[in-house]
Amino acid sequence: MTEQRSGLSRRSFLATGGAIGGAALAGCLTGGGGSGGEETVTLGIIEDRSGNFALNGTPKYNASMLAIEELNEEGGILGNEIETFAPDPQSDNQRYQQLTRQAINEENVDALWAGYSSATRETIRPIIDQNEQLYFYTTQYEGGVCDSYTFCMGATARQQLGSVLPYMVENFGSDIYTIAADYNFGQLSADWVRVLADENDANVIGEEFIPLSVTDFGSTINNIQEADPDFVMALLVGANHTSFWNQRTSAGLDVPMGTSTVMAQGYQHKRLDPPAMANVYGGFNYMEEIPTDRNQEFVERYYEKFPDAAYINEEAVNNYFSIKMYARAAEAVGSTNQADIIEELETGMDVSAPEGDISLQGPVHHMTHNMRVFRCDENHNITVEDEQLIPEQFLSETVGCNLRENEETTQYVPADYYEEADATQE
Amino acid sequence: MNALNLVFQFADNFAFVVLAAVGLAVIFGMMGVINLGHGEFIMIGAYGTTLSANAGAPLPVAMAVGVLVTAVMGFVLERTIIHRLYDRLFDSMVATWALGLILTQGMRILFGNSIPQVSTPLGNIAYGEFSYSTYRVLLLPVALLVLGGLYVVFTRTEFGIRARATIQDPDTARALGVDTDRMYTATFVIGSALAGLTGALYAPTLTVVPGMGSSFLVEAFVAVVVGGPSVLLGTTLSGGLLGTIDAVFTNLFGTFYGQIAMLLTAIVVIRVLSNGLTGLVESVRNRVEGE
Repeated sequence: MTEQRSGLSRRSFLATGGAIGGAALAGCLTGGGGSGGEETVTLGIIEDRSGNFALNGTPKYNASMLAIEELNEEGGILGNEIETFAPDPQSDNQRYQQLTRQAINEENVDALWAGYSSATRETIRPIIDQNEQLYFYTTQYEGGVCDSYTFCMGATARQQLGSVLPYMVENFGSDIYTIAADYNFGQLSADWVRVLADENDANVIGEEFIPLSVTDFGSTINNIQEADPDFVMALLVGANHTSFWNQRTSAGLDVPMGTSTVMAQGYQHKRLDPPAMANVYGGFNYMEEIPTDRNQEFVERYYEKFPDAAYINEEAVNNYFSIKMYARAAEAVGSTNQADIIEELETGMDVSAPEGDISLQGPVHHMTHNMRVFRCDENHNITVEDEQLIPEQFLSETVGCNLRENEETTQYVPADYYEEADATQE
Repeated sequence: MNALNLVFQFADNFAFVVLAAVGLAVIFGMMGVINLGHGEFIMIGAYGTTLSANAGAPLPVAMAVGVLVTAVMGFVLERTIIHRLYDRLFDSMVATWALGLILTQGMRILFGNSIPQVSTPLGNIAYGEFSYSTYRVLLLPVALLVLGGLYVVFTRTEFGIRARATIQDPDTARALGVDTDRMYTATFVIGSALAGLTGALYAPTLTVVPGMGSSFLVEAFVAVVVGGPSVLLGTTLSGGLLGTIDAVFTNLFGTFYGQIAMLLTAIVVIRVLSNGLTGLVESVRNRVEGE
């Protein structure tokens, strides 16, 4: 008797719920359907604030909120206040997929910023392409994404390594030992080390790929000592690999190390006790220590809004300038129509970013970055050793990607274009 | 291959496997509770240590604080949650897993995504072109001391005998005047304190972040499963076997193959010896005694 009643009530509950859901959906379709509508501007900011990538994602979220607040103080976009859809994806790729669908189909975001790791980007990119959603990916990454709807705002491996590796060869010698995280990003970055070594008359004398779960680097340190290189390229990723720095210092391994991954993303020089990061050289487009007035003013504004924040990482600044860049493109076309904005961005744009004056390479959807070589000393002070503008070259020069003329959603890899990058040929 | 490299790496790996597993082994072996929050107990020990060291405590004192904090937490959790879950294997797994998630996110909310880290003390041992962190090598004697200490506690003290009686036959033990509730609590607190000790010992040489517990979990569970039913002997034997395999393969082929070799060993041992290494020891002993 009671069971039947509860069954009935559950059914009626479901019916009511369905009706409400249907009504909500209908409301969405009529209310926010026209993404070119002049009523509101909604930006999707899906960045990790919990889980594995919280350390890297939180500054991205913060800097996005700062950019939006600053834009709103100046009157928003096209005279409309900017609204945000900014849930926490919890470093979970399934949640990313679900939230990306929600952002596109229910929240009708006009542009989307989402994701830290390349794995996340590749998880949501098919959804983005299918819906022709304007998407900004801001992490420094392995490079090669030629996608009509994706704008890669971070420096690529070729740009990051291309700034630090020649500097290392010039100052320390030509024998390189690479240690890299054993997954897509690390493998492709190691390929780029080989390509760049070849271009700079240097040799990779040893390579070790280290699973992301490894926390014990005793044997890796011994292997480096045995190979006796002039410098190490350390392309390590994640919290487990951060243990390497304490261990190499305590083992007395003092060969100079170059990197494209540590410090600028996970601010290891702030978290670890000196001298763990002594003599580490990084090629990045941003660290908060950049001594220019423009950057120091930006840093001040950031910490004024987020007094308890830990660090402003590379990705955070990429979110910041690309949101401002999007706003300018929207003002230029006079609407938030995504296809029009993409077309506008593809004509290129000069951008005044905290790192310096940089520019968008329209046909490949990547940035020419102001790349610097940063050095960390034994007291963990950061100095700038070298500085140059480096464009994205792989897609624009080697592959010949041109999104103004051809629609594409491909990721190209160096092994298809360079003999040195193809490890199977050795 | 340099022989000293191999020796030091073995010491390092043996200590890691034993210390990762020992708290789990005590709680599982003595109480039948699979503590899926074991990694997070280790994390609490590491946080206790690092936070006290950052507050100015000398490292050994900070480590003692780390152990104490984890033991107290173990006591509170046993009294409030775990004691309801004895003889409910699957329920205890779900509950302790949830505890682990709560601890991870709780620490993230309380202390942020990262805290300032402590550096590794004691410098290095240099030999020829090579060198190895002294601290990491010294973890081997520490692991052996822990195993020795547990052996004494569980076989040579009255507490140990009561604890084992409680595990073997709680009804009879209770009839003979053993306060079995107290024995369970005490055993759980010892297991928690051991997890805390592991966290304290690795705090200066690993990255202390809320999610660090997961880096211990694989070694811990593999060691317990490979070891088999006898807690102390099992942990020692699996530490020895897995430590050797890991050191040799890592040294010859790199870290990736070290991990693969360790997991393959676990699969082979479980397939061939369903009662783990101690099961093998037992059957050999029975055969010898039978003859």
